[in-house]
Amino acid sequence: MDKLKTGIIAPPGLPAMPARWFDRKGLVQIGLLALLLLAPLAAYLLGHIYYINLASRITVIAMAAVGLNLAIGYGGMVSFGHAAYFGLGGYVAGISAYHAFDFTPFMSWPVAIPGSDSMLVIWLAAILLCGLLALAIGAISLRTTGVYFIMITLAFAQMMYYFANSWPSYGGEDGLPIYLRNTLPLVDTNQPLVFFLICFAGLLLSMAITSRLMKSRFGAALTMARLNDTRLATAGISPYPIRLMAFVISAMITGLAGALYADLNGFISPTMLSWHFSGELMVIVILGGVGRLYGPLAGAILFVMMETLLGGLTEYWKLFLGLMLLCVVLFAKHGVMGWLAGRERNE
Amino acid sequence: MSESVLSLTRLYKRFGALQATHDVSLDLQPGEIHALIGPNGAGKSTLIGQIAGSLRPDEGSVHLAGKEITALNVSQRARLGLGRSFQISSLAEPLSVMRNVMIGVQALQGHSFRFWTPVSRDESLQAPAREALERMRLGHRAWTPVSELSHGERRQVEVACALALKPRVLLLDEPMAGLGPEGTAQLTELLEALKQEVPILLIEHDMEAVFRLADRISVLVAGSIIAQGDSATIRRDPHVREAYLGD
Ligand SMILES: Nc1ncnc2c1ncn2[C@@H]1O[C@H](COP(=O)(O)OP(=O)(O)OP(=O)(O)O)[C@@H](O)[C@H]1O
Ligand SMILES: [Mg+2]
Repeated sequence: MDKLKTGIIAPPGLPAMPARWFDRKGLVQIGLLALLLLAPLAAYLLGHIYYINLASRITVIAMAAVGLNLAIGYGGMVSFGHAAYFGLGGYVAGISAYHAFDFTPFMSWPVAIPGSDSMLVIWLAAILLCGLLALAIGAISLRTTGVYFIMITLAFAQMMYYFANSWPSYGGEDGLPIYLRNTLPLVDTNQPLVFFLICFAGLLLSMAITSRLMKSRFGAALTMARLNDTRLATAGISPYPIRLMAFVISAMITGLAGALYADLNGFISPTMLSWHFSGELMVIVILGGVGRLYGPLAGAILFVMMETLLGGLTEYWKLFLGLMLLCVVLFAKHGVMGWLAGRERNE
Repeated sequence: MSESVLSLTRLYKRFGALQATHDVSLDLQPGEIHALIGPNGAGKSTLIGQIAGSLRPDEGSVHLAGKEITALNVSQRARLGLGRSFQISSLAEPLSVMRNVMIGVQALQGHSFRFWTPVSRDESLQAPAREALERMRLGHRAWTPVSELSHGERRQVEVACALALKPRVLLLDEPMAGLGPEGTAQLTELLEALKQEVPILLIEHDMEAVFRLADRISVLVAGSIIAQGDSATIRRDPHVREAYLGD
């Protein structure tokens, strides 16, 4: 076309090839998904409901970590307060189910809002409320960087934690049971395998969204904001709104995972909001591989398996977790995914 | 004054006890290269910072195409057409050259809140970026990670990034540093061709290039402009010879 005009003689070379399913990275990714999908199917055939629920737990926690990974790994925003969104999502599911069970309105003034036991309604509400909360928290926190950002996100999450603890209407520190699992049209969510498949679909969707997002113009800007925000600003794009938008999307994903987690356990409590959980999510992201699409899944499998296997043997299992984290930080900076699938290539 | 693309009016900037910019006024006309020379620590980069918006002047104003931009931030000024290259190159190291340049094209098109379409096959982003790279004779390096480039090449990528913005004004902070004689000659030629399109405020230590390129020269010493004029005037100026040219 206008190649002559711009004086191209040799072709400029091709961008790095995307992962193909049969290369090392593709195989590892397919393997992880297959493991997560086939294990509960096998458990179902053998009649071990416990293992189906364990797979659901891994899936939901992985999804929460996918949300955090968008902030930390892709956006370079080290949030130590993602429990706030996980917990808020959980409380939306719990409180809504509570009012639906009681036939009492959640709110009667200025507009009447009834409770609902429909997962679709709950998910939508969880996503919207988490988005709004993250917009407020992010708008303030993103004025700071580094350790200040870590601390201020932690502080906001702790405020939520103490509020839930001291608010008696919904169980305070004792939490609130969900007597009947929330429902979806056409399927029976009480079936463990059905519920697992719902969680699995949620995880896949959140990963697909992350992947697509990071390949888009928005993703290009977010990557530049992480790597060199001076370059981004000099090009004419303000880093702040880009980061804020990524933070909000990240919180929405983690919040949706929280709503699923509440239904999985049939119970919500302030522990969902505590800094322990924020820390665990960070550990999962780091274990799995920061900024790797499949990192949260790999990290969640490892974390929940260790918690289940070692936690059954010794109450000091977190000591082993700590040692493992140390090894990752010291010897395998790119986490399990870096170790299994090789370094990520940039184009 | 109204015809100048860029004009600085009585800028002052102080860092603690150091007066880094003292009553600096200068302007840039369409089609010209205005060189800013001066010894190390004279305050040249500080002045560029105040034009680009990364530093705020204590006093004075900056106008771009007749519009006051003193209160705007870096990205707002970039969107109005200020292209800048840094003295110490500021690029995203792990990314390819292309990716670094494309972000400018993306900014120019104004669509950064697009979440779905992949950029990797987006010709409307890649073609202008490639063109900017070709102008800097860097087409063959398009998909090389910046971390693998030589110092001189990085400086050229910086200029390509600035060009990708289709700027009204180019601010180049020592673009020839580290280029070697051949690279310098090549870049001199490029800038000469470019100035008809975009007026350039050029900071440069290579006096041969400056005298060849500059339509006007301002000499900055300890934050103040001590002389201004065309090459011949500056060469003859006794203060300049004493303070800067050193003979
Ligand atoms: N952010 C800052 N805070 C304090 N002092 C600064 C700052 N930036 C620059 N300076 C000082 O201001 C003076 C001017 O610096 P500047 O970088 O503008 O010089 P320059 O003319 O670009 O020099 P060079 O030719 O070495 O690049 C120097 O003495 C420098 O130490
Ligand atoms: Mg300088």
